[in-house]
Amino acid sequence: MLAPLFSYKLLLVLFFGTLFGLILGVLPGLGPTTGGALILPFTMTLDPLSAIVLLTSIYCAGTYGGAITAVLINTPGTPAAAATCLDGYPLAQKGEAGRALGMATVSSTVGGIFSVVILVFFAPILAQLAYEFGQPEYFALAIFGLTMLASIGEGSPIKNLIAGAFGILISTVGKDFMTSIDRFTFGINELTEGIGFIPVVVGLFAMSEMLTQSTLINQVFNRIALKAIKLPSKDDYKKTWKTILRSSGIGSFIGVLPAEGGTVASLIGYSEAKRFSKNPEEFGKGSIEGIAGAEAANNAATGGAMVPTLALGIPGSATTAVILTGLIIHGVRPGPDLFREQPDFLYGIFGAMLIANVLFFIFGFFGAKIFARITLVPNKILWPMIFAVSVCGTYSLNQSIIDVWIMLFFGVLGFFMRRYGFSVVPVIIGLILGELVEGTLRQSLVIFDGNWLKFLTRPIALTFFILSLIALAFPLIRSRKFKKKL
Amino acid sequence: MKNVQKLKRANKSLPFFFKDEFKVSFIIIFVSIILLVTTFTFDIVPPILNRGIQPATFPKALLILIIVMTLIIYYLATKNPWKIEKKLPKSFFLTLFSFILFIIVSKSLDFFLAISALSIYVSYYWGEKRLFYLLLVGIIFPIIVFIFFETILGLRFPPGIITNIYYS
Repeated sequence: MLAPLFSYKLLLVLFFGTLFGLILGVLPGLGPTTGGALILPFTMTLDPLSAIVLLTSIYCAGTYGGAITAVLINTPGTPAAAATCLDGYPLAQKGEAGRALGMATVSSTVGGIFSVVILVFFAPILAQLAYEFGQPEYFALAIFGLTMLASIGEGSPIKNLIAGAFGILISTVGKDFMTSIDRFTFGINELTEGIGFIPVVVGLFAMSEMLTQSTLINQVFNRIALKAIKLPSKDDYKKTWKTILRSSGIGSFIGVLPAEGGTVASLIGYSEAKRFSKNPEEFGKGSIEGIAGAEAANNAATGGAMVPTLALGIPGSATTAVILTGLIIHGVRPGPDLFREQPDFLYGIFGAMLIANVLFFIFGFFGAKIFARITLVPNKILWPMIFAVSVCGTYSLNQSIIDVWIMLFFGVLGFFMRRYGFSVVPVIIGLILGELVEGTLRQSLVIFDGNWLKFLTRPIALTFFILSLIALAFPLIRSRKFKKKL
Repeated sequence: MKNVQKLKRANKSLPFFFKDEFKVSFIIIFVSIILLVTTFTFDIVPPILNRGIQPATFPKALLILIIVMTLIIYYLATKNPWKIEKKLPKSFFLTLFSFILFIIVSKSLDFFLAISALSIYVSYYWGEKRLFYLLLVGIIFPIIVFIFFETILGLRFPPGIITNIYYS
């Protein structure tokens, strides 16, 4: 599995990817999704394997990096680390920041490695199953992926679905790929090629965050001093090993579900850790199990999310949507054929993820103190610099100034979406799945001679439609259960 | 939690057209209707070229779905109002203005100048008054980024008063 990686160039890419991912994870407001989108143009200078290795190492390390800020300044570096704040910061306030980060590092690494094992075993099986899929099955699968958007995060399910539908709508801009008819181009030539993925991602994540930061310029972070990370004690291991394993399983499973990612995984991992704990009253007050539950789950989601991305071309999370774009840009078509035709390429990715998990353990363990200092870079210096990189990065893909303007437009839109409770992640997933949804729907209707009911005669498609209904009903059931608990 | 409830109660006492849920829903529905009308201007393909459905059908269905779901969130909001968001500070509008400034300068004068101007402007209004740091974010860093993109990616930036000097 590691053989394709034994070249100094790939190891160097892995090293810098992990380092860069950690820095992105530590900086609140940035993260592996934005970072991956910003680095995407640079990957054009690399061969496909190096490019994807770079993106995946950023993904793994960035997901862990969020824990450092969550523990030390009570602000999650990435949304996936939000649950880590609940116990990480209170424990740090008690003077045990080193212990909290030690547990976060160990559980993230275990969760990450566990998920790579799941990826290695399950991605080929799923890819094998995908050989049975025709256009109607892919359409039903994409619909399932989109309905899963209803249950991402803590926001309103209907708002998530509106955002997802908006993402699909964006994918319809430009020439219709089947008939070459212009749609929503408004006479602007540059729009005939459609709206690119990178301007939308950078706008929705980086630029909207810049606007959010502009409302917080007087905010002062209370950073808790960190002497050194401590490896968990025997007692801590005894207390948490079951939680770490359970959360690794939960995280990997949630990750495999289309569109769900580390954020949902960590919330469920945390709440399950609380449910199974002998001391649930300690949760929220600095419970070591709480940190282990959240961190193992969010890192376990990384490998899980790569399963549908590689096997089916359906992103498992927002960051894997960026990785999927990277694959497409480099001419690699995810899906079952990839497993048959380019096994070396895939094993390179699996191996890279495995090494990235070990590398961020080493970096985190020995360098957390330095990474924590990155949070001291003032926003008034940091964000203008991010703006310069975002603008040049967005421009570089098509050398189009219109792309830069689109990025700024989505930055403003993303800010207001987040202000009024609309998550921006569904827009990204909708945009990446849009062409698949429309294309497979139209081709299915050709196969079915325009008869929509024939979708129901295909068992796999029907299963996905039933799962979609369950996915739509799940937030409703969850909120009723939650109300009953209250 | 108490604060959120307080903000929700305050929102309940506002006339409906001042409420965020109305304004947001109205904007979404208004834009969706405009786009829906636009779909009627899309060309219609003859049946022989038509793969399953007309090119306008899919966007039409999506827009109708968005309108219906927006009506649902508005209906739900009448029962459970959204909390009132805090007023946006001046720094937000200054940053937003910097985006507009960027578009104008990049279009009419120079791409590099636009990045440089925005960086200095944002950094200054966000509280950075030290000249060295303003030069760092406004000139030194953009130059590094430009050279990096040009040499690594072989990128050619759009012509402008400063970029032309560099290329000549």
